[in-house]
Amino acid sequence: MGSTMSFALNPEREREMEDIFSRYPNKQAACIPLLHLCQEQQRWVNDDVIAFVAEKCDVPTAHVKGVVTFYSLFNQAPVGEHEIWVCQTLSCALRGADKLLHHCEKRLGIHHGETTKDGKITLRVAECLAACGQAPMIMVDKTYHENLSLERVDEILDALMDK
Amino acid sequence: MLKPVKILTKNYDTPDSHKLQVYQSSGGYEAARKALGMTRDQVVDEVKKANLRGRGGAGFPMGVKWGFMPKDGDKPSYLVINADEGEPGTFKDRTLMERDPHRIIEGCIIGCYGVGAHTAYIYVRHELHLSKERLWGAIHEARAQGFLGPKPFGVDYPVDVFVHTGAGAYICGEETALLESLEGSRGEPRLRPPFPAQRGAFGCPTTVNNLESIASCPTILEMGGEQFSKLSSLHKFGDGGCRLYGVSGHVNKPGVYEACIGVTLRELIYDLGGGMPEGTNLLGVIPGGSSCPIIRPDDIVDAPDPKSILHEWHGKPQLDVPIGVDTMRNLGTMAGTTCAIVLSDRACPVLAMHNLARFYRHESCGQCTPCREGTGWMLRILDKIVQGKGSIEELDMLHEIASNIMGNTICAFGEGASMPMLGFLRKFRKEIEDYIRTGGSSSTGRLAL
Repeated sequence: MGSTMSFALNPEREREMEDIFSRYPNKQAACIPLLHLCQEQQRWVNDDVIAFVAEKCDVPTAHVKGVVTFYSLFNQAPVGEHEIWVCQTLSCALRGADKLLHHCEKRLGIHHGETTKDGKITLRVAECLAACGQAPMIMVDKTYHENLSLERVDEILDALMDK
Repeated sequence: MLKPVKILTKNYDTPDSHKLQVYQSSGGYEAARKALGMTRDQVVDEVKKANLRGRGGAGFPMGVKWGFMPKDGDKPSYLVINADEGEPGTFKDRTLMERDPHRIIEGCIIGCYGVGAHTAYIYVRHELHLSKERLWGAIHEARAQGFLGPKPFGVDYPVDVFVHTGAGAYICGEETALLESLEGSRGEPRLRPPFPAQRGAFGCPTTVNNLESIASCPTILEMGGEQFSKLSSLHKFGDGGCRLYGVSGHVNKPGVYEACIGVTLRELIYDLGGGMPEGTNLLGVIPGGSSCPIIRPDDIVDAPDPKSILHEWHGKPQLDVPIGVDTMRNLGTMAGTTCAIVLSDRACPVLAMHNLARFYRHESCGQCTPCREGTGWMLRILDKIVQGKGSIEELDMLHEIASNIMGNTICAFGEGASMPMLGFLRKFRKEIEDYIRTGGSSSTGRLAL
């Protein structure tokens, strides 16, 4: 039945998948790392990915769906090429996270939770990203940017929009 | 008493501190070699003598936890390291992963041996990409040297370590939710008993330790448990060693600092944290992560009973009590992760409370009704208050909801969400009532400076 699946990992990630399975005593435990691997390839988790992971991990698709909807980092709809997460929790809020978020919204012309028209940037709010001593901060894709001023945010946004 | 030390952080400022060569040149992996030459009981005994109270917030003695693990049985045992750092205000474990990952791997070898496990999983929150990269790098280096693998240091005791990642859920820092997540499921906490030492990861005996706790193991073995414990001025209360302190919010020098246990909140704010920004005064401090009830600068220790562990500070400001698991508990708050959030008088306590209520609403896993419904209800009341539409009666309602969550949920998240609400209500009742009466015009209207 697996042969009709429309999602497949590229060869490099296929090898990584084998490595992931080798770490655990059962297949189900690979579910979350595998979802990350798939999401890295196509930026969001659609039904094809869910079916793929369910078959590989030998669990029902309902199980995988339950996992995907539980964790906030799995995208259940397409997102932009880059994701910006602005931390909003108390330590960041005490050092100006609010202003920083509004600045990003204004510069990008979108509200948080939305993607720019050109499909380049998705802006989101995050709850505590464990960088409280370097507040305020944002995460752009895999990189933390800390101790931010609005000028520094502008530089980061400019670089992203020019890419 | 402030005694800064460089033990866990001794390699932090060395270039390439994440590399094996640097770690070994400062004596790295000698403690693991030593441990594997001892008996398992001797290792557990040293850790018990160290009086290390879990650094993840609950403060349970690590050696005692290790002692719960079975000595024999047909199932494998596991060591799981909790690095799902996400308690608002807490940002210490990340520094260890980024700047001294080998210390963690060495701690895992000692820990595996102590609990009778051959496999350790380090559960890192997915967002910490650099931490994961550094940990994997350290694992590969340690494997190449044979420190991990079938015969670490020539001893026939196989150990392997893997990094496992979550996907953005605060609740997975709760140890049984973490185990569910490790097994590839939704991070919904489990009923206890059975405790993880009986039935943890994959149905097998498991010890879950905080990352800083496990990173302290090489030092415990190197110094000896008792010497480690005596670093602390709270040694007599069974709260030993040195630990990482964090300070964030309205201070001049936010960051992570290492010191012997015994640091007071005043020292954390004014000495380590560099004091309050010019022109501001201290409004309150949340001692160890957002779940810990807030303390005001005018709060006084009330412990007339000579038997109380707080008696020696009776009549003094609470800010001058050393931060310890039992000292803070007796003050009605918690030491938690000893990462304090500092609020100056520019910040509005109602907005701070609202911010935390939003966090807990977002992170409730939804399994237990009191927490799922209660966190939402508390946020809706605070939404109304912030918009100037709240009523004084609703404060009693807020109190009642928070009290009804406490003790009625599977895990401690319920308490974690309720205690800060009750703390703000108790300590800032007047300010909150003024806010409601004036529709918010008595407030500074801000959190930032």
